[in-house]
Amino acid sequence: MSLLACRGVRKLFGDHVVLDGLDFDVAEHEVVALIGASGSGKSTLLRCVNLLEELDDGTIHLDGEHITDPRADPDKVRQRIGIVFQAYNLFPHMTVLENVVLAPVRVHGMPRQAARDLALEWLGRVGLAEKAGAYPDRLSGGQQQRVAIVRALVNSPRLLLLDEVTSALDPELVGEVLSMIRDLKSDGVTMVLATHEMGFARQVADRVCFLDGGRVLEQGPPEKVFAEPVEARTRQFLGRIIEAGRL
Amino acid sequence: MSLSPAQLDRIAYRRRQTLLSVLVAALSTLVLGVLLVVAVTGAPGWDRVRESFLDPQVARDSLPDVLRGLWLNIRLLFFCAVGALALGLAVALLRTLRGPVFFPVRLLATGYTYTFRGLPLIIVLYVMTLGLPGLRLQGMPSTLVLGGIALVVTYSGYLAEVFRAGIESVHPSQLAAARSLGLTYRQTMRFVVLPQAVRRVAPPLLNDTVALQKDVGLVSLAGPIDAVRAAQIHTAETFNYTPYIVAGVLFVLLAAPLIAVTDWVTLRAARRQS
Ligand SMILES: Nc1ncnc2c1ncn2[C@@H]1O[C@H](COP(=O)(O)OP(=O)(O)O)[C@@H](O)[C@H]1O
Ligand SMILES: [Mg+2]
Repeated sequence: MSLLACRGVRKLFGDHVVLDGLDFDVAEHEVVALIGASGSGKSTLLRCVNLLEELDDGTIHLDGEHITDPRADPDKVRQRIGIVFQAYNLFPHMTVLENVVLAPVRVHGMPRQAARDLALEWLGRVGLAEKAGAYPDRLSGGQQQRVAIVRALVNSPRLLLLDEVTSALDPELVGEVLSMIRDLKSDGVTMVLATHEMGFARQVADRVCFLDGGRVLEQGPPEKVFAEPVEARTRQFLGRIIEAGRL
Repeated sequence: MSLSPAQLDRIAYRRRQTLLSVLVAALSTLVLGVLLVVAVTGAPGWDRVRESFLDPQVARDSLPDVLRGLWLNIRLLFFCAVGALALGLAVALLRTLRGPVFFPVRLLATGYTYTFRGLPLIIVLYVMTLGLPGLRLQGMPSTLVLGGIALVVTYSGYLAEVFRAGIESVHPSQLAAARSLGLTYRQTMRFVVLPQAVRRVAPPLLNDTVALQKDVGLVSLAGPIDAVRAAQIHTAETFNYTPYIVAGVLFVLLAAPLIAVTDWVTLRAARRQS
Protein backbone atom coordinates (compact mmCIF):
# COMPACT_ATOMS: atom_id res chain seq x y z
CA MET A 1 0.00 0.00 0.00
CA SER A 2 1.31 3.43 -0.81
CA LEU A 3 1.92 6.00 1.89
CA LEU A 4 0.23 8.69 -0.16
CA ALA A 5 -2.46 8.04 -2.75
CA CYS A 6 -4.10 10.79 -4.78
CA ARG A 7 -7.02 9.74 -6.98
CA GLY A 8 -8.74 11.92 -9.57
CA VAL A 9 -7.66 15.11 -7.82
CA ARG A 10 -9.28 18.19 -9.31
CA LYS A 11 -8.52 21.76 -8.29
CA LEU A 12 -9.86 24.93 -9.83
CA PHE A 13 -9.09 28.57 -9.16
CA GLY A 14 -12.18 30.35 -10.45
CA ASP A 15 -12.73 28.58 -13.78
CA HIS A 16 -9.03 27.92 -14.29
CA VAL A 17 -8.47 24.16 -13.99
CA VAL A 18 -5.09 23.59 -12.35
CA LEU A 19 -5.32 19.90 -11.41
CA ASP A 20 -7.52 17.85 -13.69
CA GLY A 21 -8.20 14.36 -12.36
CA LEU A 22 -4.63 13.77 -11.25
CA ASP A 23 -3.48 10.39 -9.90
CA PHE A 24 -0.31 10.31 -7.84
CA ASP A 25 1.25 7.77 -5.46
CA VAL A 26 4.19 7.80 -3.10
CA ALA A 27 5.55 4.70 -1.38
CA GLU A 28 7.17 4.71 2.03
CA HIS A 29 10.87 5.83 1.98
CA GLU A 30 10.45 6.94 -1.60
CA VAL A 31 11.75 10.28 -2.88
CA VAL A 32 9.66 11.69 -5.71
CA ALA A 33 10.58 14.75 -7.75
CA LEU A 34 7.73 16.77 -9.25
CA ILE A 35 8.82 18.61 -12.36
CA GLY A 36 6.88 20.70 -14.82
CA ALA A 37 6.58 24.16 -16.27
CA SER A 38 5.98 27.11 -14.00
CA GLY A 39 2.23 27.21 -13.33
CA SER A 40 1.74 23.50 -14.02
CA GLY A 41 0.33 23.02 -10.52
CA LYS A 42 3.26 21.56 -8.51
CA SER A 43 2.74 23.91 -5.56
CA THR A 44 -1.01 23.48 -5.76
CA LEU A 45 -0.68 19.70 -5.54
CA LEU A 46 1.56 19.96 -2.46
CA ARG A 47 -0.81 22.44 -0.82
CA CYS A 48 -3.74 20.11 -1.51
CA VAL A 49 -1.92 17.18 0.08
CA ASN A 50 -1.26 19.33 3.15
CA LEU A 51 -4.91 20.43 3.19
CA LEU A 52 -3.97 24.08 2.76
CA GLU A 53 -6.27 24.00 -0.29
CA GLU A 54 -9.65 22.30 -0.63
CA LEU A 55 -10.16 19.84 -3.47
CA ASP A 56 -12.87 20.32 -6.07
CA ASP A 57 -12.98 16.58 -6.66
CA GLY A 58 -11.08 13.37 -6.02
CA THR A 59 -9.60 11.88 -2.86
CA ILE A 60 -6.28 11.81 -1.04
CA HIS A 61 -5.33 8.99 1.31
CA LEU A 62 -2.43 9.05 3.74
CA ASP A 63 -1.49 5.72 5.33
CA GLY A 64 -4.78 4.40 4.02
CA GLU A 65 -6.75 7.10 5.82
CA HIS A 66 -9.01 9.33 3.78
CA ILE A 67 -7.67 12.78 4.69
CA THR A 68 -9.83 14.80 2.30
CA ASP A 69 -12.93 13.52 4.10
CA PRO A 70 -14.61 16.67 5.40
CA ARG A 71 -15.11 14.88 8.72
CA ALA A 72 -11.36 14.36 9.18
CA ASP A 73 -9.62 16.87 11.44
CA PRO A 74 -7.20 18.81 9.21
CA ASP A 75 -5.04 19.85 12.19
CA LYS A 76 -4.45 16.18 13.03
CA VAL A 77 -3.61 15.39 9.42
CA ARG A 78 -1.13 18.25 9.12
CA GLN A 79 0.65 17.01 12.22
CA ARG A 80 1.75 14.03 10.16
CA ILE A 81 2.87 15.96 7.07
CA GLY A 82 5.72 18.45 6.97
CA ILE A 83 5.93 21.12 4.28
CA VAL A 84 8.73 23.53 3.50
CA PHE A 85 8.07 26.54 1.31
CA GLN A 86 10.16 28.34 -1.25
CA ALA A 87 10.21 31.50 0.92
CA TYR A 88 11.15 29.62 4.16
CA ASN A 89 8.31 31.33 6.11
CA LEU A 90 10.15 31.23 9.42
CA PHE A 91 8.44 33.16 12.21
CA PRO A 92 10.42 36.43 12.37
CA HIS A 93 9.57 37.22 16.00
CA MET A 94 11.01 33.94 17.28
CA THR A 95 14.59 32.76 17.52
CA VAL A 96 15.72 29.78 15.48
CA LEU A 97 15.28 27.52 18.51
CA GLU A 98 11.81 28.90 19.29
CA ASN A 99 10.78 28.35 15.66
CA VAL A 100 11.85 24.73 15.87
CA VAL A 101 10.35 23.83 19.27
CA LEU A 102 6.99 25.56 18.73
CA ALA A 103 5.17 22.62 17.15
CA PRO A 104 6.76 19.84 19.26
CA VAL A 105 5.73 21.66 22.44
CA ARG A 106 2.37 23.14 21.45
CA VAL A 107 1.10 20.53 19.01
CA HIS A 108 2.73 17.28 20.06
CA GLY A 109 2.82 17.99 23.78
CA MET A 110 6.53 17.28 24.12
CA PRO A 111 8.12 18.55 27.36
CA ARG A 112 9.98 21.80 26.71
CA GLN A 113 13.38 20.44 27.72
CA ALA A 114 13.06 17.35 25.55
CA ALA A 115 11.98 19.51 22.61
CA ARG A 116 14.98 21.80 23.14
CA ASP A 117 17.36 18.87 23.21
CA LEU A 118 15.86 17.38 20.08
CA ALA A 119 15.93 20.74 18.29
CA LEU A 120 19.55 21.38 19.23
CA GLU A 121 20.51 17.91 18.11
CA TRP A 122 18.91 18.53 14.70
CA LEU A 123 20.40 22.01 14.40
CA GLY A 124 23.79 20.52 15.27
CA ARG A 125 23.43 17.91 12.56
CA VAL A 126 22.92 20.59 9.93
CA GLY A 127 25.66 22.80 11.35
CA LEU A 128 23.42 25.49 12.81
CA ALA A 129 23.79 24.84 16.55
CA GLU A 130 25.45 28.20 17.16
CA LYS A 131 22.54 29.98 15.45
CA ALA A 132 19.95 28.59 17.88
CA GLY A 133 19.55 31.93 19.69
CA ALA A 134 19.59 34.10 16.55
CA TYR A 135 16.56 35.65 14.87
CA PRO A 136 15.84 34.54 11.30
CA ASP A 137 16.74 37.93 9.79
CA ARG A 138 20.34 37.38 10.98
CA LEU A 139 20.65 34.21 8.86
CA SER A 140 21.53 33.73 5.22
CA GLY A 141 18.86 32.33 2.90
CA GLY A 142 20.44 28.90 2.91
CA GLN A 143 20.60 28.84 6.69
CA GLN A 144 16.98 29.96 6.97
CA GLN A 145 15.88 27.26 4.59
CA ARG A 146 17.75 24.58 6.56
CA VAL A 147 16.07 25.83 9.73
CA ALA A 148 12.70 25.60 7.97
CA ILE A 149 13.44 21.99 7.03
CA VAL A 150 14.50 21.19 10.59
CA ARG A 151 11.33 22.86 11.89
CA ALA A 152 9.29 20.42 9.80
CA LEU A 153 11.46 17.39 10.61
CA VAL A 154 11.46 17.60 14.42
CA ASN A 155 7.83 16.53 14.29
CA SER A 156 8.88 13.24 12.62
CA PRO A 157 6.38 13.64 9.77
CA ARG A 158 5.36 10.59 7.79
CA LEU A 159 5.81 12.64 4.65
CA LEU A 160 7.91 15.70 3.90
CA LEU A 161 6.83 18.06 1.11
CA LEU A 162 9.47 20.41 -0.29
CA ASP A 163 8.26 23.18 -2.60
CA GLU A 164 11.15 24.55 -4.65
CA VAL A 165 13.18 24.99 -1.51
CA THR A 166 16.23 26.25 -3.40
CA SER A 167 14.56 28.63 -5.86
CA ALA A 168 14.92 31.72 -3.66
CA LEU A 169 18.58 31.04 -2.85
CA ASP A 170 21.74 32.53 -4.28
CA PRO A 171 23.49 29.89 -6.41
CA GLU A 172 26.34 29.37 -3.93
CA LEU A 173 23.84 28.59 -1.14
CA VAL A 174 21.90 25.94 -3.06
CA GLY A 175 24.47 23.24 -2.37
CA GLU A 176 24.13 23.27 1.42
CA VAL A 177 20.37 22.75 1.23
CA LEU A 178 20.63 20.02 -1.39
CA SER A 179 23.22 18.12 0.61
CA MET A 180 20.88 18.26 3.59
CA ILE A 181 18.09 16.73 1.51
CA ARG A 182 20.48 14.04 0.33
CA ASP A 183 21.19 13.16 3.99
CA LEU A 184 17.47 12.94 4.69
CA LYS A 185 17.08 10.50 1.84
CA SER A 186 19.69 8.20 3.36
CA ASP A 187 17.76 8.47 6.67
CA GLY A 188 14.77 7.05 4.82
CA VAL A 189 12.57 10.16 4.98
CA THR A 190 9.71 9.97 2.48
CA MET A 191 9.79 13.12 0.37
CA VAL A 192 7.97 14.80 -2.47
CA LEU A 193 9.95 17.68 -3.89
CA ALA A 194 8.80 20.14 -6.48
CA THR A 195 11.97 21.36 -8.10
CA HIS A 196 13.63 23.14 -10.97
CA GLU A 197 16.97 21.54 -10.14
CA MET A 198 16.90 18.78 -12.72
CA GLY A 199 20.46 17.70 -11.98
CA PHE A 200 19.58 17.27 -8.35
CA ALA A 201 16.31 15.50 -9.15
CA ARG A 202 18.30 13.06 -11.24
CA GLN A 203 20.70 12.35 -8.36
CA VAL A 204 18.33 12.09 -5.44
CA ALA A 205 14.91 11.08 -6.75
CA ASP A 206 13.75 7.49 -7.01
CA ARG A 207 11.09 8.63 -9.40
CA VAL A 208 10.40 11.73 -11.46
CA CYS A 209 6.86 12.88 -12.25
CA PHE A 210 6.25 15.35 -15.03
CA LEU A 211 3.16 17.46 -14.44
CA ASP A 212 1.35 18.78 -17.48
CA GLY A 213 -2.25 19.71 -18.25
CA GLY A 214 -3.25 19.10 -14.65
CA ARG A 215 -2.09 15.48 -14.61
CA VAL A 216 1.05 13.41 -14.22
CA LEU A 217 1.80 13.08 -17.91
CA GLU A 218 4.88 10.94 -17.58
CA GLN A 219 6.76 9.31 -14.75
CA GLY A 220 9.55 6.88 -14.11
CA PRO A 221 13.09 6.52 -12.84
CA PRO A 222 15.05 9.73 -13.48
CA GLU A 223 17.56 8.12 -15.83
CA LYS A 224 14.68 6.99 -18.00
CA VAL A 225 12.56 10.16 -17.96
CA PHE A 226 15.52 12.44 -18.55
CA ALA A 227 17.29 10.28 -21.14
CA GLU A 228 14.41 8.94 -23.22
CA PRO A 229 11.17 10.77 -22.47
CA VAL A 230 8.20 9.18 -24.19
CA GLU A 231 5.83 12.13 -24.39
CA ALA A 232 6.40 15.00 -26.80
CA ARG A 233 5.50 17.55 -24.07
CA THR A 234 8.13 16.11 -21.77
CA ARG A 235 10.77 16.31 -24.50
CA GLN A 236 9.75 19.89 -25.18
CA PHE A 237 9.98 20.83 -21.50
CA LEU A 238 13.35 19.13 -21.01
CA GLY A 239 14.60 20.77 -24.19
CA ARG A 240 13.82 24.20 -22.77
CA ILE A 241 15.52 23.27 -19.50
CA ILE A 242 18.67 22.16 -21.34
CA GLU A 243 18.61 25.37 -23.32
CA ALA A 244 18.53 27.31 -20.05
CA GLY A 245 21.56 25.31 -18.92
CA ARG A 246 19.88 23.62 -15.97
CA LEU A 247 20.36 19.99 -16.88
CA MET B 1 47.26 48.86 12.85
CA SER B 2 47.67 52.59 12.22
CA LEU B 3 45.24 54.55 10.10
CA SER B 4 46.21 56.10 6.82
CA PRO B 5 46.67 59.91 6.67
CA ALA B 6 43.54 60.13 4.51
CA GLN B 7 41.41 58.42 7.21
CA LEU B 8 42.96 60.55 10.00
CA ASP B 9 42.16 63.65 7.99
CA ARG B 10 38.55 62.47 7.48
CA ILE B 11 38.12 61.86 11.21
CA ALA B 12 39.54 65.27 12.12
CA TYR B 13 37.34 66.97 9.54
CA ARG B 14 34.18 65.22 10.78
CA ARG B 15 34.99 66.17 14.36
CA ARG B 16 35.34 69.85 13.38
CA GLN B 17 32.06 69.69 11.49
CA THR B 18 30.24 68.17 14.49
CA LEU B 19 31.56 70.86 16.82
CA LEU B 20 30.50 73.54 14.37
CA SER B 21 26.93 72.22 14.07
CA VAL B 22 26.57 72.05 17.86
CA LEU B 23 27.69 75.67 18.14
CA VAL B 24 25.31 76.82 15.42
CA ALA B 25 22.40 74.96 17.03
CA ALA B 26 23.11 76.45 20.45
CA LEU B 27 23.41 79.96 19.07
CA SER B 28 20.21 79.82 17.03
CA THR B 29 18.28 78.39 20.00
CA LEU B 30 19.52 81.23 22.19
CA VAL B 31 18.61 83.91 19.66
CA LEU B 32 15.13 82.48 19.14
CA GLY B 33 14.58 82.22 22.90
CA VAL B 34 15.59 85.83 23.51
CA LEU B 35 13.37 87.02 20.65
CA LEU B 36 10.37 85.12 22.05
CA VAL B 37 10.84 86.44 25.58
CA VAL B 38 11.25 89.99 24.33
CA ALA B 39 8.20 89.72 22.09
CA VAL B 40 5.94 88.28 24.79
CA THR B 41 7.09 90.35 27.76
CA GLY B 42 7.28 93.47 25.60
CA ALA B 43 3.69 93.10 24.40
CA PRO B 44 1.38 95.91 25.55
CA GLY B 45 -0.91 93.54 27.50
CA TRP B 46 1.84 91.43 29.10
CA ASP B 47 1.40 92.70 32.64
CA ARG B 48 -2.32 91.92 32.73
CA VAL B 49 -1.82 88.49 31.17
CA ARG B 50 0.89 87.70 33.69
CA GLU B 51 -1.37 88.65 36.55
CA SER B 52 -4.31 86.54 35.42
CA PHE B 53 -2.43 83.49 34.05
CA LEU B 54 0.83 83.31 35.96
CA ASP B 55 0.05 84.37 39.52
CA PRO B 56 2.38 82.37 41.82
CA GLN B 57 0.12 82.75 44.85
CA VAL B 58 -2.93 81.43 43.01
CA ALA B 59 -0.83 78.59 41.62
CA ARG B 60 0.25 77.58 45.14
CA ASP B 61 -3.30 77.73 46.46
CA SER B 62 -4.83 75.69 43.68
CA LEU B 63 -2.08 73.10 43.40
CA PRO B 64 -3.37 70.63 46.08
CA ASP B 65 -6.87 70.48 44.57
CA VAL B 66 -5.56 70.21 41.03
CA LEU B 67 -3.22 67.41 42.10
CA ARG B 68 -6.10 65.60 43.78
CA GLY B 69 -8.01 65.88 40.51
CA LEU B 70 -5.00 64.65 38.59
CA TRP B 71 -4.86 61.53 40.74
CA LEU B 72 -8.35 60.75 39.49
CA ASN B 73 -7.14 61.22 35.90
CA ILE B 74 -4.26 58.85 36.49
CA ARG B 75 -6.41 56.12 38.01
CA LEU B 76 -9.03 56.46 35.29
CA LEU B 77 -6.37 56.42 32.60
CA PHE B 78 -4.88 53.21 33.96
CA PHE B 79 -8.14 51.28 34.23
CA CYS B 80 -9.60 52.64 30.99
CA ALA B 81 -6.41 51.95 29.00
CA VAL B 82 -6.26 48.35 30.23
CA GLY B 83 -9.99 47.88 29.65
CA ALA B 84 -9.99 49.46 26.19
CA LEU B 85 -6.94 47.49 25.02
CA ALA B 86 -8.44 44.19 26.19
CA LEU B 87 -11.88 44.89 24.74
CA GLY B 88 -10.42 46.26 21.52
CA LEU B 89 -8.33 43.14 21.03
CA ALA B 90 -11.32 40.91 21.73
CA VAL B 91 -13.50 42.77 19.19
CA ALA B 92 -10.72 42.65 16.58
CA LEU B 93 -10.34 38.90 17.04
CA LEU B 94 -14.08 38.38 16.73
CA ARG B 95 -14.05 40.30 13.45
CA THR B 96 -11.40 37.99 11.98
CA LEU B 97 -13.33 34.77 12.69
CA ARG B 98 -14.28 32.93 9.51
CA GLY B 99 -17.15 30.57 8.85
CA PRO B 100 -20.93 30.88 8.84
CA VAL B 101 -21.28 29.92 12.52
CA PHE B 102 -19.58 33.13 13.49
CA PHE B 103 -21.61 35.37 11.20
CA PRO B 104 -23.68 36.93 14.02
CA VAL B 105 -20.57 37.45 16.14
CA ARG B 106 -18.79 39.10 13.22
CA LEU B 107 -21.78 41.27 12.51
CA LEU B 108 -22.00 42.34 16.13
CA ALA B 109 -18.29 43.13 16.34
CA THR B 110 -18.42 45.09 13.10
CA GLY B 111 -21.49 47.02 14.26
CA TYR B 112 -19.69 47.78 17.50
CA THR B 113 -16.69 49.39 15.81
CA TYR B 114 -18.92 51.35 13.43
CA THR B 115 -21.12 52.63 16.25
CA PHE B 116 -18.53 53.64 18.78
CA ARG B 117 -16.14 55.17 16.31
CA GLY B 118 -18.96 57.27 14.92
CA LEU B 119 -20.58 58.30 18.19
CA PRO B 120 -19.11 61.38 19.92
CA LEU B 121 -17.63 60.47 23.29
CA ILE B 122 -19.65 63.15 25.07
CA ILE B 123 -22.92 61.54 24.00
CA VAL B 124 -21.80 58.10 25.17
CA LEU B 125 -20.75 59.70 28.45
CA TYR B 126 -24.09 61.39 29.03
CA VAL B 127 -26.07 58.28 28.10
CA MET B 128 -23.96 56.15 30.44
CA THR B 129 -23.72 58.48 33.41
CA LEU B 130 -27.08 60.23 33.24
CA GLY B 131 -29.27 57.86 31.24
CA LEU B 132 -28.44 54.49 32.74
CA PRO B 133 -28.85 55.49 36.41
CA GLY B 134 -32.28 56.77 35.41
CA LEU B 135 -33.33 53.14 35.03
CA ARG B 136 -32.95 52.83 38.82
CA LEU B 137 -31.73 49.27 38.58
CA GLN B 138 -30.30 47.46 41.58
CA GLY B 139 -26.52 47.61 41.95
CA MET B 140 -25.93 50.44 39.47
CA PRO B 141 -22.21 51.33 39.63
CA SER B 142 -21.07 54.84 40.58
CA THR B 143 -20.97 57.67 38.08
CA LEU B 144 -17.20 57.37 37.96
CA VAL B 145 -17.34 53.69 36.93
CA LEU B 146 -20.07 54.41 34.38
CA GLY B 147 -17.98 57.23 32.95
CA GLY B 148 -15.02 54.86 32.77
CA ILE B 149 -17.15 52.34 30.89
CA ALA B 150 -18.14 55.04 28.40
CA LEU B 151 -14.46 55.77 27.76
CA VAL B 152 -13.64 52.08 27.43
CA VAL B 153 -16.36 51.33 24.88
CA THR B 154 -15.52 54.39 22.79
CA TYR B 155 -11.78 53.84 22.74
CA SER B 156 -12.02 50.09 22.24
CA GLY B 157 -13.88 50.87 19.00
CA TYR B 158 -10.75 52.64 17.73
CA LEU B 159 -8.28 50.21 19.21
CA ALA B 160 -10.13 47.25 17.67
CA GLU B 161 -9.50 48.71 14.23
CA VAL B 162 -5.83 49.27 15.01
CA PHE B 163 -5.50 45.66 16.17
CA ARG B 164 -7.36 44.41 13.11
CA ALA B 165 -5.05 46.35 10.79
CA GLY B 166 -2.13 44.70 12.59
CA ILE B 167 -3.62 41.23 12.29
CA GLU B 168 -4.28 41.71 8.59
CA SER B 169 -0.76 42.99 7.99
CA VAL B 170 0.69 39.59 8.89
CA HIS B 171 1.35 37.82 5.61
CA PRO B 172 -0.88 34.79 4.81
CA SER B 173 2.25 32.67 4.30
CA GLN B 174 2.87 32.97 8.05
CA LEU B 175 -0.55 31.44 8.69
CA ALA B 176 0.12 28.70 6.15
CA ALA B 177 3.45 27.91 7.84
CA ALA B 178 1.82 27.74 11.26
CA ARG B 179 -1.16 25.66 10.18
CA SER B 180 1.07 23.28 8.24
CA LEU B 181 2.92 22.52 11.48
CA GLY B 182 -0.39 21.34 12.89
CA LEU B 183 -1.13 24.41 15.02
CA THR B 184 -4.84 25.09 15.45
CA TYR B 185 -6.39 28.41 14.42
CA ARG B 186 -6.27 29.63 18.02
CA GLN B 187 -2.67 28.58 18.52
CA THR B 188 -1.74 30.23 15.23
CA MET B 189 -3.33 33.49 16.38
CA ARG B 190 -1.75 33.35 19.81
CA PHE B 191 1.80 32.30 18.95
CA VAL B 192 2.32 33.52 15.41
CA VAL B 193 -0.10 36.24 14.31
CA LEU B 194 -0.77 38.35 17.40
CA PRO B 195 2.84 38.75 18.54
CA GLN B 196 3.75 40.09 15.11
CA ALA B 197 0.59 42.18 14.79
CA VAL B 198 0.90 43.86 18.19
CA ARG B 199 4.55 44.69 17.59
CA ARG B 200 3.67 46.31 14.31
CA VAL B 201 0.82 48.46 15.67
CA ALA B 202 2.39 49.33 19.02
CA PRO B 203 3.04 52.97 17.95
CA PRO B 204 -0.59 53.77 16.99
CA LEU B 205 -1.86 51.89 20.06
CA LEU B 206 0.31 54.03 22.33
CA ASN B 207 -0.77 57.15 20.45
CA ASP B 208 -4.39 56.38 21.18
CA THR B 209 -3.45 55.89 24.82
CA VAL B 210 -1.99 59.40 24.89
CA ALA B 211 -5.23 60.70 23.41
CA LEU B 212 -7.20 58.76 26.03
CA GLN B 213 -5.16 60.48 28.72
CA LYS B 214 -6.61 63.80 27.66
CA ASP B 215 -10.14 62.48 27.28
CA VAL B 216 -10.49 60.78 30.66
CA GLY B 217 -11.06 64.25 32.16
CA LEU B 218 -14.38 64.45 30.34
CA VAL B 219 -15.98 62.31 33.06
CA SER B 220 -16.03 65.53 35.09
CA LEU B 221 -18.99 66.54 32.91
CA ALA B 222 -20.96 64.02 34.94
CA GLY B 223 -19.75 65.15 38.34
CA PRO B 224 -16.43 63.63 39.42
CA ILE B 225 -13.73 66.28 39.82
CA ASP B 226 -10.66 65.79 37.67
CA ALA B 227 -7.68 68.13 37.35
CA VAL B 228 -9.25 70.45 34.77
CA ARG B 229 -12.51 70.65 36.68
CA ALA B 230 -10.59 71.43 39.91
CA ALA B 231 -8.79 74.22 38.08
CA GLN B 232 -12.11 75.53 36.80
CA ILE B 233 -13.53 75.64 40.31
CA HIS B 234 -10.55 77.65 41.54
CA THR B 235 -10.77 79.99 38.58
CA ALA B 236 -14.41 80.65 39.32
CA GLU B 237 -13.50 81.59 42.89
CA THR B 238 -10.52 83.84 42.15
CA PHE B 239 -11.27 85.13 38.65
CA ASN B 240 -7.72 84.10 37.82
CA TYR B 241 -6.76 81.59 35.11
CA THR B 242 -3.51 80.43 36.68
CA PRO B 243 -5.01 77.08 37.88
CA TYR B 244 -5.57 76.12 34.24
CA ILE B 245 -1.89 76.71 33.53
CA VAL B 246 -1.05 74.57 36.57
CA ALA B 247 -3.28 71.76 35.30
CA GLY B 248 -1.90 72.11 31.80
CA VAL B 249 1.70 71.82 32.97
CA LEU B 250 0.83 68.76 35.04
CA PHE B 251 -0.87 67.12 32.07
CA VAL B 252 2.14 67.64 29.88
CA LEU B 253 4.43 66.25 32.57
CA LEU B 254 2.17 63.23 32.91
CA ALA B 255 2.04 62.65 29.16
CA ALA B 256 5.76 63.13 28.58
CA PRO B 257 6.90 59.65 29.61
CA LEU B 258 4.14 57.99 27.59
CA ILE B 259 4.97 60.09 24.53
CA ALA B 260 8.66 59.34 24.96
CA VAL B 261 7.90 55.61 25.08
CA THR B 262 5.75 55.96 21.96
CA ASP B 263 8.55 57.72 20.09
CA TRP B 264 11.05 55.11 21.18
CA VAL B 265 8.81 52.23 20.12
CA THR B 266 8.07 53.90 16.78
CA LEU B 267 11.74 54.44 16.12
CA ARG B 268 12.56 50.87 17.01
CA ALA B 269 9.76 49.57 14.78
CA ALA B 270 11.02 51.70 11.90
CA ARG B 271 14.54 50.37 12.42
CA ARG B 272 13.39 46.77 12.43
CA GLN B 273 11.55 47.34 9.15
CA SER B 274 14.69 48.45 7.34
N1 LIG C 1 -4.47 31.12 -4.71
C1 LIG C 1 -4.57 31.11 -6.05
N2 LIG C 1 -5.56 31.79 -6.65
C2 LIG C 1 -5.69 31.77 -8.00
N3 LIG C 1 -4.87 31.10 -8.82
C3 LIG C 1 -3.87 30.39 -8.29
C4 LIG C 1 -3.67 30.37 -6.87
N4 LIG C 1 -2.58 29.59 -6.62
C5 LIG C 1 -2.14 29.16 -7.82
N5 LIG C 1 -2.91 29.64 -8.83
C6 LIG C 1 -2.75 29.34 -10.24
O1 LIG C 1 -2.65 27.97 -10.38
C7 LIG C 1 -1.71 27.60 -11.37
C8 LIG C 1 -0.69 26.64 -10.78
O2 LIG C 1 0.10 27.32 -9.82
P1 LIG C 1 1.23 26.58 -9.01
O3 LIG C 1 0.66 25.39 -8.37
O4 LIG C 1 1.83 27.59 -8.13
O5 LIG C 1 2.24 26.17 -10.15
P2 LIG C 1 3.76 25.72 -10.01
O6 LIG C 1 4.07 25.56 -8.57
O7 LIG C 1 3.86 24.45 -10.78
O8 LIG C 1 4.56 26.80 -10.66
C9 LIG C 1 -1.10 28.90 -11.85
O9 LIG C 1 -1.70 29.24 -13.08
C10 LIG C 1 -1.45 29.88 -10.80
O10 LIG C 1 -1.63 31.15 -11.35
MG1 LIG D 1 5.37 26.61 -7.31
